[in-house]
Amino acid sequence: MSVIIALAGNPNCGKTTLFNEITGSRQHVGNWPGVTVEKKEGVYKKDKEVLIMDLPGTYSLSPYSAEEIVARDYIVKEKPDAVINIVDGTSIERNLYLTVQIMETRIPMVVAMNMMDEVESRGDAIDCNRLSQILGVPVVPIVARTGKGMKELMEAAVSVAKSGKKPEKPDIFGRELADAIQAVADVLGEGESDENNWKAIKLAENDEIIGETVPSDKKGAVKTLVDAANKVSGGDAEARIADERYQYIGKLVKECVKKSGRGHVETKSDKLDKILTNRILALPIFAGIMYLLFACTFSENFLFVPELPSPGVWLAGIVEEAWGFAAESLIGAVEAAGASEWAVGLVSSCLDGIGAVFGFLPLVLVLFLLMSFLEDSGYMARVAFVMDRIFRHFGLSGRSFIPMLMGFGCSVPALMASRTLESDKDRKITMMITPFMSCGAKLPIYAMFAATLFADSNQTMIVFSIYMLGIVVAVLSALILNKFAFKSETSNFIMELPQYRIPTLKSVAIHAWEKVKGFAVKAGTVIFASTVLIWFLSNFNFSGMCHMEDSLLAAIGNGIKWIFAPLGFADWRASVGVVTGWIAKENIVATFGQLFGNVSEETVEAVMAGEEALPAIKEVFSKASAYAYMAFNLLCMPCFAAVGAMKREYGSWKWTLRAVGFQMVTAYVVALLVNIVGSMVF
Amino acid sequence: MTLRDLKPGQQGKVAAIKTTGAMKRRIMDMGVTPGVEIKVIKVAPLGDPIEVNVRGYELSLRKDEAVQVQVEM
Repeated sequence: MSVIIALAGNPNCGKTTLFNEITGSRQHVGNWPGVTVEKKEGVYKKDKEVLIMDLPGTYSLSPYSAEEIVARDYIVKEKPDAVINIVDGTSIERNLYLTVQIMETRIPMVVAMNMMDEVESRGDAIDCNRLSQILGVPVVPIVARTGKGMKELMEAAVSVAKSGKKPEKPDIFGRELADAIQAVADVLGEGESDENNWKAIKLAENDEIIGETVPSDKKGAVKTLVDAANKVSGGDAEARIADERYQYIGKLVKECVKKSGRGHVETKSDKLDKILTNRILALPIFAGIMYLLFACTFSENFLFVPELPSPGVWLAGIVEEAWGFAAESLIGAVEAAGASEWAVGLVSSCLDGIGAVFGFLPLVLVLFLLMSFLEDSGYMARVAFVMDRIFRHFGLSGRSFIPMLMGFGCSVPALMASRTLESDKDRKITMMITPFMSCGAKLPIYAMFAATLFADSNQTMIVFSIYMLGIVVAVLSALILNKFAFKSETSNFIMELPQYRIPTLKSVAIHAWEKVKGFAVKAGTVIFASTVLIWFLSNFNFSGMCHMEDSLLAAIGNGIKWIFAPLGFADWRASVGVVTGWIAKENIVATFGQLFGNVSEETVEAVMAGEEALPAIKEVFSKASAYAYMAFNLLCMPCFAAVGAMKREYGSWKWTLRAVGFQMVTAYVVALLVNIVGSMVF
Repeated sequence: MTLRDLKPGQQGKVAAIKTTGAMKRRIMDMGVTPGVEIKVIKVAPLGDPIEVNVRGYELSLRKDEAVQVQVEM
């Protein structure tokens, strides 16, 4: 018989390390339905019958964040066979606050007292046996980083799960409050029921989500009793409950924890933090780390050495070359076998589709090796601490800086980096605006127009202004989305600044690998399918294979070009460019090369080198409409790879389509304004 | 006085939490409850938020949030 064991604990308590330690690499990562909260499942590496569910890290089971709601719904509704509650022994008071809340649900549970090595090195001692006696649940000392105590923990957890032994109802609340809560429970149902007792506490806490589950005939009675609970609590039962929980914990700690008596000792972490968040040094250090993060992933002149590729670019080059070679040999083999032209084309487009997925993997890998290092080390929390002052004005977290910065390199890893944000709302908004940061692949488009239509003006300024436009639109979008689309959700900045710790190689590697695998599998199908579809549309019409000028795509371009009339480019070739740009934005240049005359690799290279290689563009575009076209392609739906990454992170098509819709509308409105204003200026 | 009025290095005892709803709950969930000792460690480089030590760990909160926490020296 298989059992399900859920892991619950505060953020930064070592839960992920423990999860990796228990499951090895046998993990499945996805999303909880409807929210951008990661869902991780695995199997105990020593017993395949034991399923491990990693719940999101939370400080409480209150109903205010997506993480908290997911965690408590899982515990209360899905009812795992047991919960392992990981407690960080170095900040035991705050960690036990979640413990008592889990006990209130009376789910069979085990406490894993983590970071016992750090506790000892501080000269403190935690009496786990005593704590276990008082709480009535097993308390196992562990060190998740080294795997110490893991066997004992799992034995205890499996045994609790199999016996189904519930913890006693913790005796937390004072007489009056306990009676008031009991009265609410009695109204909810006859007799002793764990669910009603738990709901009664939540109702006294003024929990709206639980409030809605009360049958309408009992609403009145419940309200009266909750009012009574408020009355005995000096007007605010929610505050009183939190307070009494902490008082109860205070007693536990007094009984079970021996402090060294040395008072507050300055740890290495405290010393490091004095430098990293120092008033003067913090910003330069932050800028340096951000530069390294960006440069390691994307730079072609790494550390300002000309032509020195960064690890990310170097790896990407190798993958591209290897794939190019493999693809060429394969196509050669298909041709040699005497396949028809369309079959060769199909094979080569499929290979392009796969290649498109492969090409991003090195970037994702390198960025997430670094990102998980920052995350696990504790620096990521300081990024928010340092940048909050600026970003809160846009209604975003300081951590939004990282995805937005990475967006200048490539939207794919940038979108995936949004996972590091604290709240569901911040993640959703940041993903919508990250593609507005002009990625590397969009630069050739600007270069083409700048060389052709803006030959007489300052071309650098033209390109620079496009980048600035992206930033401005992103900031305005964040403000608008916050004001109108997400207005009900409040944001706060009450968060822990965890101790700095040196991350384990294992957890950094597993995290990066999960990201690479997740992108390849989840985003890969989107990218592959859409690449092949566009290839088909641009190479076929109803009578078979043809040139792009006569293809279905050209027909579509002709059919939709009127949409772009107000933007100044009602031309089928421009429309086709928008579509091929979705495969990869730099494709727009190749498409223009093909449709506006000389079809050759040299054209593309000449354009990239800043030459005016496509004079025919001038017949279609004015300065204003060219600028509008650039703006439109900057802001409209990003390439399919980025859409795939969005799908992976949002975990739902609904949100992915909302984001794409928002981007399309934004692109249209901005390009329209650009065309109107531009026509007056130029 | 409020937590916002404490300077880095100063310590106080929490007297009450003034705000309501989600923010109050969050503040209390993080261990800032009446009677607890709280010490301001530092102010962020751009002047906000602040970092405090409470119940043996470091917590950061904005000044707008700190103003909701009444303290006694």
